[in-house]
Amino acid sequence: MSTITRDAPDAPALPARTASAQRHLNANWLLLVPALTLLTAILLVPLAQSFLRSITVPVTEGGGFTLDHYAALFTDGVTITVLIRTATTAAIVTVVAFLLGYPYAYLMTRVSDRQRAILLVVVLIPFWTSVMARNFAWLTILQRGGPVQSVLEFFGLGDIQLVGSQIGVTIAMSQVLLPFMVLPLFSALSGIDRKLLLAARGLGSSPLVAFWKIYWPLSRGGVVAGLILVFTLSLGFYVTPALLGSPQQSLIAQLLATRTTQLLDFAGAGALGMLVLVITLVLVAWANRVGGSISAIGVVATSGSRSGR
Amino acid sequence: MSTFTPLDEPSTDTAYVTAGARGRRRRDRGVDPIPWWLAVIGVAVAGYFILPTVFVIPMSFGSTSSFQFPPREFSLDLYVNFFTNPKWIGSLGNSVVVALLASLVATTVGTAAALGLHNLGSRLSQFVRTLLMVSMVTPAIVVAVAVYITFLQWHLIGSLGGYVLAHAAIGVPFVLVSVTSALGGFEPQLLRASASLGASPLRTFLRVTLPLISRGVLTGAVFAFVTSLDEVVIALFLRSPTFQTLPVQMYNAVTVEVDPTIAASSSLVVVSVTVLLLIPMLVRRTKRR
Repeated sequence: MSTITRDAPDAPALPARTASAQRHLNANWLLLVPALTLLTAILLVPLAQSFLRSITVPVTEGGGFTLDHYAALFTDGVTITVLIRTATTAAIVTVVAFLLGYPYAYLMTRVSDRQRAILLVVVLIPFWTSVMARNFAWLTILQRGGPVQSVLEFFGLGDIQLVGSQIGVTIAMSQVLLPFMVLPLFSALSGIDRKLLLAARGLGSSPLVAFWKIYWPLSRGGVVAGLILVFTLSLGFYVTPALLGSPQQSLIAQLLATRTTQLLDFAGAGALGMLVLVITLVLVAWANRVGGSISAIGVVATSGSRSGR
Repeated sequence: MSTFTPLDEPSTDTAYVTAGARGRRRRDRGVDPIPWWLAVIGVAVAGYFILPTVFVIPMSFGSTSSFQFPPREFSLDLYVNFFTNPKWIGSLGNSVVVALLASLVATTVGTAAALGLHNLGSRLSQFVRTLLMVSMVTPAIVVAVAVYITFLQWHLIGSLGGYVLAHAAIGVPFVLVSVTSALGGFEPQLLRASASLGASPLRTFLRVTLPLISRGVLTGAVFAFVTSLDEVVIALFLRSPTFQTLPVQMYNAVTVEVDPTIAASSSLVVVSVTVLLLIPMLVRRTKRR
């Protein structure tokens, strides 16, 4: 990027050099201006406004600073109940994703390159499937009289309600969040030297003990990253619980939407939104530190087209 | 994908093994076999991954007036309705226009930002990168609610501009990631060479940098397009009776109208998104040759 040959014959030699270095620095920063402007106008300003709204008293009512809206979150009874329900759902989804994701990621480290490529494409399919198409598909699969219900009826379990309950929400959410579990796990597991396991077996340890004492501790970084990532992302789900859950069992995202569009409680919604945002960002920062994979989501999201490399 | 040798390839191997059942069995079991239950779990989880995707296509050929599976008879009624009903085809048109413009904006500002960040190495630029990526992990509902209230003041609700700006903002991180990855193998000497041969920075960018990172730019543009095309949460808040996108219409079809046309719409979206995402890969293939 040096402009040694750039014409600046009038300027004295030494200042010209520093000026050109300066210009380069500025030019690179200038390249960031459009993106930063867009992000600021569309994301940061609305979020900042909503934060300000949540901590101030409207000028019409005297103005000033208040924490009432945050206090109300913990005292109105509803918010805490919904928060706990959301955290419980997120925890169940995380456990399901872990139980399915760990063996899958392990299998990915064991198969041939070609099979691994297929397994990787399969992992990324939930990303390729449109949100509405996916939720609509789950709705038809899990509905009363649908294929899953018929199978359950065959086993005498026809009474289980899948749509309009947390079960349906959990099934649909785990499916789309599984990639966020599988990919950090796969990256951790593929770094483990399998010869250690074989050595343990050779020294007389049982498969379970060898796994527990050697493999599991080595995989823990990926496990923690995957768990936090899935838990965090499940906190913000809106469409899936709205379509597959029941209105009586709404999650935090629905509460946020109702407060905004139906109750028009912008300040209360702002406080709730900030709470969700802070929890999310703290957890993501933690996941990044533990897993060491910054912007894992971005990598996941675009790896579909890079997996062939 | 391109690194496997004949040794890793089971089919070539079986061609070599002529020692009969005993030899093959010994090879398959090996010292360290994959347990059968692991393979079963793997196949089951893979099925779970693809189940909804394979479901939408047969659904779309049904003709019943409800979301029934399996469909009783084969028909194209749902597709006919999709392409003739102004509500559906109109939302599709809106979605495509929004996604094209949002992708254009996101790709332009995202590529510029990726170039700038690539050349800067300071702590501050690391912070800026994190800031630009943060919308990827921010819950969509939090953004949607905040944007909704602000856009109410700015009179952008239900407008093309509002949709484009919001979707461009959430598309930027995808462009940033893919262009940054394309810049990873970029030789800075090329820029100096180009400058020393008398090219202006703009010419250098157009003739040297852009062709070399074109695949990253294309990947980012496709991802930004698809993200916008599929975005539903923010779109639900920005909708108005006169302007809404396809995912919003699909949401209405489930929640309000019970309109099975959503099955046709779903399979069309799934197929076109898959085709779109394959484009960057196909481009790479042809370039490699």
